Amino acid sequence: MEQKDTQWPLWEVFIQSKSGQPYKHAGSVHAADKELALLNARDVYTRRNEGTSIWVVPAEYIVASTPEEVGPFFDPANDKVYRHPTFYEVPEGVKYL
Amino acid sequence: MSNLSTQELETKFQQKIDANEYIEPKDWMMDKYRYNLIRQISQHAHSEVVGMLPEANWITRAPNLRRKAGLLAKVQDEAGHGLYLYSAAETLGISREELLNQLLTGKAKYSNIFNYPTLTWADIGAVGWLVDGAAIINQVMLQRASYGPYARAMIRICREESFHQRQGFEIMVTLCQGTAEQKAMAQDALNRWWWPSMMMFGPNDKDSPHSSDMAKWRVKRESNDDLRQRFVDRVVPQADFLGITVPDDKLKWNAATQHYDFGEIDWTEFHNVINGNGPCNRERLNARIKAHEDGKWVRDAAVAYANKKRKKAA
Repeated sequence: MEQKDTQWPLWEVFIQSKSGQPYKHAGSVHAADKELALLNARDVYTRRNEGTSIWVVPAEYIVASTPEEVGPFFDPANDKVYRHPTFYEVPEGVKYL
Repeated sequence: MSNLSTQELETKFQQKIDANEYIEPKDWMMDKYRYNLIRQISQHAHSEVVGMLPEANWITRAPNLRRKAGLLAKVQDEAGHGLYLYSAAETLGISREELLNQLLTGKAKYSNIFNYPTLTWADIGAVGWLVDGAAIINQVMLQRASYGPYARAMIRICREESFHQRQGFEIMVTLCQGTAEQKAMAQDALNRWWWPSMMMFGPNDKDSPHSSDMAKWRVKRESNDDLRQRFVDRVVPQADFLGITVPDDKLKWNAATQHYDFGEIDWTEFHNVINGNGPCNRERLNARIKAHEDGKWVRDAAVAYANKKRKKAA
């Protein structure tokens, strides 16, 4: 599709701070295409060597849960203490559990 | 990068691994590395999924609500862990459909341990204690495997699994502090699960066909025999605490090595189970196939609904 405005599409930027680490959201940039999005992300978010790798993702493809629904949305996990290790008793003196 | 020869790319790839750096999905990687990782990660994913079956067998018969909730949460976790691992495998360029197909046609393997039956409630204790205990030893090592998505999935899995082993051990403690009959159940479960758990670490190092490449690529950072020894050293004192006996008359503390010595695994049984002749191989696969077929209408309905909404929006 031909781009008509001069604002360019929005890209969300994810940076890996160190080899092996998960990619974390850093912010976003505007860019006309994916190569430029990567260069812009580099120039905007890693000026001090903050990363070993960058992902850019078209912002329109991000689907987000809504803050207003945070209660009911995450409710299923709220009353399930038995999903946590502290729910189970480890007798004193037993190691590696 | 594209100007480099394959030889140069391979050298750089190995240097990166040797420098303890991680390989990400978009990075150049050797075909053999990709192939072997798909095999290992998908086997791991299949094991999580098939591993739900022997435990699900007892959800409706758990002795009380506390046990039932704990077991249910554990089985849900295994489903989640299967999904993390399928996703990690898919970053290597294989589709979910193909992975599932390999499982359901019997082309792909999953951990041998899940071809053994859970005959009594004590087996649920033994599985959590021994099978998850063995899996955790292996998975802790894999948290630093060279493939980024695999390593990160392992970190998440290990964090979540810390309760699995505990819930199993708690069941064992309760049984061992109960009646003589309950304690005998615990002993019987240990008798049946000990050797299959020992086999989870795979063949002895001298007979392990896939180990050398995987070690070179920093996927397997420790050897089968070293991991197995760690398992024995950790679990035997736990069995002592429970007051039940590991079924190995060669098992003995060795003061010189500061490790337990132990007997030889029955490798004939190991190979029999791998080759499809374990007690439950056919039952497990049929259960997976049935679950997949029974779920077809749900998958179809989801797609039909999405298509309908798209049409309405257009």
